[in-house]
Amino acid sequence: MRPAQVCLSRWGWRHAGRAAWATSGVSLRIEPGERVLLLGASGAGKSTLLHALAGVLGSSDEGEEAGSLTVDGVRPRPGSCGLVMQDPDAQTILERVGDDVAFGLENLAVPRDEIWPRVRTALADVGLALPLDHSTERLSGGQRQRLALAGALAMRPGLLLLDEPTANLDPVGVEEVRDAVGRLVADRSTTLVVVEHRIATWLPIVDRVVVLAAGGGVVADGAPDEVFSVHGAELAALGAWVPGIGHGLVPRVPPTSAGPILSARDLTIGYEAERPVRTVAALDLPTGMSTTFTGANGSGKTTLALTLAGLLPPLSGHVEASPAMSPPGLRPRGDARTDPAQWRSKELLTRLGTVFQDPEHQFVASTVADEIAIGLRALRRPAPEISRRVAELLEQLHLTRLAKANPFTLSGGEKRRLSVGTVLATSPDVMFLDEPTFGQDRRTWVDLVRLVTAQLEAGTTVVSVTHDSDYLDLLGEHRVHLEAAS
Amino acid sequence: MSVSNQAPRTALDRVNPVTRIAAAIIVSLPLLVTLDWVSGATMSAIVVVTALALGFRPVFIARRVWPVLVFAPLAGVSMALYGKPGGSVHVDWFLIHVTDNSLRLALAVMLRVLALGAPTILLFTGIDPTDLADGLAQVWRLPARFVLGALAGFRLVSRFVDDWRSLALARRARGLGDTGAVRRWASMAFAMLVIAIRRGSKLATAMEARGFGTAERTWARESSVGPADLALVLACVAAVSVALVAAVSAGTFWAVWS
Repeated sequence: MRPAQVCLSRWGWRHAGRAAWATSGVSLRIEPGERVLLLGASGAGKSTLLHALAGVLGSSDEGEEAGSLTVDGVRPRPGSCGLVMQDPDAQTILERVGDDVAFGLENLAVPRDEIWPRVRTALADVGLALPLDHSTERLSGGQRQRLALAGALAMRPGLLLLDEPTANLDPVGVEEVRDAVGRLVADRSTTLVVVEHRIATWLPIVDRVVVLAAGGGVVADGAPDEVFSVHGAELAALGAWVPGIGHGLVPRVPPTSAGPILSARDLTIGYEAERPVRTVAALDLPTGMSTTFTGANGSGKTTLALTLAGLLPPLSGHVEASPAMSPPGLRPRGDARTDPAQWRSKELLTRLGTVFQDPEHQFVASTVADEIAIGLRALRRPAPEISRRVAELLEQLHLTRLAKANPFTLSGGEKRRLSVGTVLATSPDVMFLDEPTFGQDRRTWVDLVRLVTAQLEAGTTVVSVTHDSDYLDLLGEHRVHLEAAS
Repeated sequence: MSVSNQAPRTALDRVNPVTRIAAAIIVSLPLLVTLDWVSGATMSAIVVVTALALGFRPVFIARRVWPVLVFAPLAGVSMALYGKPGGSVHVDWFLIHVTDNSLRLALAVMLRVLALGAPTILLFTGIDPTDLADGLAQVWRLPARFVLGALAGFRLVSRFVDDWRSLALARRARGLGDTGAVRRWASMAFAMLVIAIRRGSKLATAMEARGFGTAERTWARESSVGPADLALVLACVAAVSVALVAAVSAGTFWAVWS
């Protein structure tokens, strides 16, 4: 393996059908063996640049190119560089671990007897000691990302490109991937370019930081210490987690709770009776406080949240809501109905709200404004009240200028804020948030935590599934750690 | 999934998956263009005996083949009621004519469905998608782009099942779970489409980044055919021949074009 040299001269790219350039005027030279952290505001074209270096931006049908971009003096072809992207699910290609790593080698027409030794070496290098026929379905997020890394590595690229490879991982997964990359680039046999908001994770292994400007060009370029001392505040404002510049938020003083708003006893939870996910003996959620669920992948945190939120009926045992929150039963007795799984969908709106991990799963309208209005319309609130509430929330979520946009076209941070907004609209007593900070940059992270804190201050009970230690420091008022399910 | 539901290890594991497909075609084609009860009955008997000999357990066969067992009598009854009339008439009411001819057709169709369905289901049971893709590309020389694209896409299906489930739960969470099933379904279908396209294009980028589709490729694992494959093909030809010869000698042979 020989490290590659990267050379960009006033390079730019405009996707077909778009008026604005994704990035432009980028001039940059990366020497063989250098390890570069690439930063910039969201929309500055970092991913576009990595895709171009990987040779997968496509032909002139797919966009317009300006300036020049070369790797080792030539235009990169697909397969000439290793690329690992953000979403662990989306880049596992084949069903068996060995086949997945071998895939790139087959495409490079490597002879069969050389393929398997290279596959084994690559898997060993990323620390994935699994049988070659192990199913890729059964890997954790961190394992999947290391598998993708092995797949890239087996091709012996001179240039390794990582596009937010740890944004969707739990802390264990983040370390696994970072350490694997660290070992690979230690001998400088590969040039490395990594894009990531969480700078501290990568600081130990990079020796240069390049910052792209939102409007095009390079704002800063140099050794990490230099760049951060001069441009630290600016970078933090753009959304990067700059070492030494915190989020600036302080935990609120939690109130003394008036008892549980939701209780669970002897729960067995899961989607199908034949495949229970886990059991929970007893759990109480204190009214008005922020509860956090932590635990490894597969420990059933999400399933537990969905069960408590009245969306997934428990397989056995029961969830009980406080009578004060529960809807009344049929007269004449009118006893409160305290089992959320039995509530009507509309009855959930003002009681138990859920923000799903993937915002796209909960979008149902064709505009951002309608998306927020839908719950209020289901509750048959008067029209003037609906428009007032929608306008208020759009303002609060910084989405006013996007009111008419289709929710599916928003950026990651905007989608997250909108999905929270759809729940805030109907002011539920309890709000469930599943991995609310996944993939968020510093700016959208701060926005989100402020929003959640404001809800708590207004008396809402909040339950979050999270891996995020900063989030836990601020909002882990009542922490529930789930051990791995047996 | 319970253990007994999983495909058992049988002698069929020794043949290439593409040979199984070829075998299913060999068995089906002659039965599709003929229509008489003797060949159907003979074939059904041969299938059951052969399946047992290959190592399929009776319980497993019953569990896999039951949809065919349900469908065959249904097809038979409708044939008896509405099939082409002929011979003496037993019942005649409105559009329903039960005649000698329609009863004969009914029996033939019932046995046909069995004789076609059972071997096809058993031959396709437990084919590993990866091995099938290897065979399609290397033995049958189908384009690698197409075969591997389909194989990688196939893996996304289980993701889509999870997505669909989340979409349904999210509708309940958003207050849309009580009424308007059609509109709800439409909004889920739209979201599913968008999510599927996103996932698909990300996967395509990941594949392209690994050099997929650029030039001639090699295969990490050889997929070949051998004596076992030949034996299966010959056995299928023999079984079909026996069934057709039995029909001709019993005097019941009846091709659909006659």
